[in-house]
Amino acid sequence: MSTLAVQPEPPSPDITADYVTRVQIDRSCRQTVLGYYASAVAWLLIGSLAALITSIKMHHPEFLGNYEWITFGRIRPVHLNTVVYGWSSMVGIGTTLWLEARLCKVRLPYRTLLPATVIIWNAGVLWGVYEVLAGHSTGVEWLEFPPQVLGIFGFVLLILFWVSLKMFNERHVHHTYVSQWYLFGSVVWFPILYSAAILLPTTGIVGGAAWATTNWWYAHNVLGLYVTPMGLATIYYLIPKVTGKPIYSYHLSLLGFWTNALFYSWIGTHHLVGGPLPAWVITLGIVGSIMMFVPVTTVAINHHMTMVGKFHMLKTSPTLRFIVFGAVSYTAVSYQGSLEALRSVSHVAHFTHYTVAHAHLGMYSFYTMTMFGAMYYIVPRLTRNEWSSAPLIKVHFWTTALGVLAYFCALSWAGWYEGEMMNNPLIPFIKIVDYTKPYLVARSISGSFMTIGHIAFAILVFRILRGSDFSMIGPTLFTTKRGTLRRREKTA
Amino acid sequence: MNRSWSFIAGLLATIGFSMMGLVFIPNWQFEELKPVVDQNGVSHPTPPAGSVLLGREVYISEGCLYCHSQQVRSADFGADIQRGWGTRRSVARDYIFDRPHLMGTMRTGPDLENIGARQPSRQWQYLHLYNPQITSPGSIMPQFHFLFKVADKSGPVPAGSVDLPARDSPTNRDSYLIPTGRAQDLVDYLMSLNHSYDLPEAHQ
Repeated sequence: MSTLAVQPEPPSPDITADYVTRVQIDRSCRQTVLGYYASAVAWLLIGSLAALITSIKMHHPEFLGNYEWITFGRIRPVHLNTVVYGWSSMVGIGTTLWLEARLCKVRLPYRTLLPATVIIWNAGVLWGVYEVLAGHSTGVEWLEFPPQVLGIFGFVLLILFWVSLKMFNERHVHHTYVSQWYLFGSVVWFPILYSAAILLPTTGIVGGAAWATTNWWYAHNVLGLYVTPMGLATIYYLIPKVTGKPIYSYHLSLLGFWTNALFYSWIGTHHLVGGPLPAWVITLGIVGSIMMFVPVTTVAINHHMTMVGKFHMLKTSPTLRFIVFGAVSYTAVSYQGSLEALRSVSHVAHFTHYTVAHAHLGMYSFYTMTMFGAMYYIVPRLTRNEWSSAPLIKVHFWTTALGVLAYFCALSWAGWYEGEMMNNPLIPFIKIVDYTKPYLVARSISGSFMTIGHIAFAILVFRILRGSDFSMIGPTLFTTKRGTLRRREKTA
Repeated sequence: MNRSWSFIAGLLATIGFSMMGLVFIPNWQFEELKPVVDQNGVSHPTPPAGSVLLGREVYISEGCLYCHSQQVRSADFGADIQRGWGTRRSVARDYIFDRPHLMGTMRTGPDLENIGARQPSRQWQYLHLYNPQITSPGSIMPQFHFLFKVADKSGPVPAGSVDLPARDSPTNRDSYLIPTGRAQDLVDYLMSLNHSYDLPEAHQ
């Protein structure tokens, strides 16, 4: 595929009409989706900074140790909440809206209200971060923001549900595509999850040990019923789009979708294996986790069979390379998660850095990398500009890909041995701490690489949004040579 | 799956099903749990009150839960009991007054379910919180200088203070370490973490 391929033949009228529709849809999404994307990238940078401070504090506890508002126990939840509710949610919502509009072939409705939701959501994250830094965390993992933030996020989530429903009902294509099911799933599931996880405990309906099961029912479903559907919808849409090959099997995608919905929602209690709960609650979590082999294998086969014959495109297409990295990580992290839930594995891995490594394989290696891929595809279509530098995209890919792999390996290794040592009562606790220190340093280094990648990405996003002078003659590929990006003629 | 309402019904069924199983049914099961009263008329667990409750808020606010769990696993699952973190495994009844739960998922530091029984010295707790290196060299726990004041030994002994040796004092002179109200509350809370009372179901 030549980088400068301008349509070689005059297009047929049908293709032209299709093209015009797509341009109109993209234009309708422009303000809202770019608003969500720009905010997401800003939160990604803030989240990375919080992550680095947290990570350094783990091996040098005196680092910035005299400032109470960034003590370890506050900056750590700030990292988690900014990357979950800032980066992951906002990039996910932006992608969801664009995919839904494209798949329903309708223009995005409510073009004044939806850009306003960008500001509202940002205000919610900002407020939550402020409260955690000020020491007013709720103390519930993944839900540290004050419960009142539900009013803000809930309002936006309801609008998103309504917009999704409206587009779905007014769609111009009769059949539905697998991505639509996943996206619709996430916009229906997440508001229910989020409000239940906040309202049931704060109103006193749920308390004590049941608060713990509610907590992990929520936290793991953020992954299973919110983030994963958005990630898989993106992969399902973009692999066929970029490769030009239809998805391998409709029936497999149907099976994958419903088994994911049915099993994933049960697995949260595997975070409490060995904990003070009746065995049946834990067993449910373990059974659900093992059953996850079904949807994961189905999705993996479907993605792989679609990619077969097109792997050479990974050399050229940034979108595809990020997306396939994400898809492979999805399979890896899900299989690992299923095994990790087993009592024999949890016996060692629970309470250690092994779990932290696993979480990053999911939220970062799968979801975040997938969303990077989505933005590489979508943003040029919304801005009518091209990415300004192929080398910067390369920097972004390699620093984040190698960074997260190094991160994963270092912490998995350290975590496993940490667990083995913890189960041996003859080893003093401080010896275990000493053992993990070099790996914690390795985490800071690999995290720095990922942050460098995020900065490179932010520069690219900033330039393309500012309306850089690069026109859309062809997509910027990894193989795009310097100087082949055409500078747009000044029309003024 | 071309009609939105039937599709939504399917989505609601899957999540409702799991909410029933992992939220409501456990809650119904645990709601019936009552504290047990020992022969001295003391009920276990005891609802936290006063400074213990305030200290619990400091524990949350400083994010202690990210590195310390509050749950002891049974003797056949991990080495918790052999390490002396408790005399029996924790059970759901231990948490009936916990709002929110602070079970934790990470043991960067040791479990604290019974820290009040394991380390009953307030002086140790204050020094450890002020700078963990004093009591536990090599620890990666943060120092909580901001929960303390340091006073020179020239004046009278401040109430509630402990001795801070010269080598650990920022002034390099023998000093008094004065815990703020929040540090006192936090240590009150840590002291209250003692689940060594017996519960029948912990033996099952």
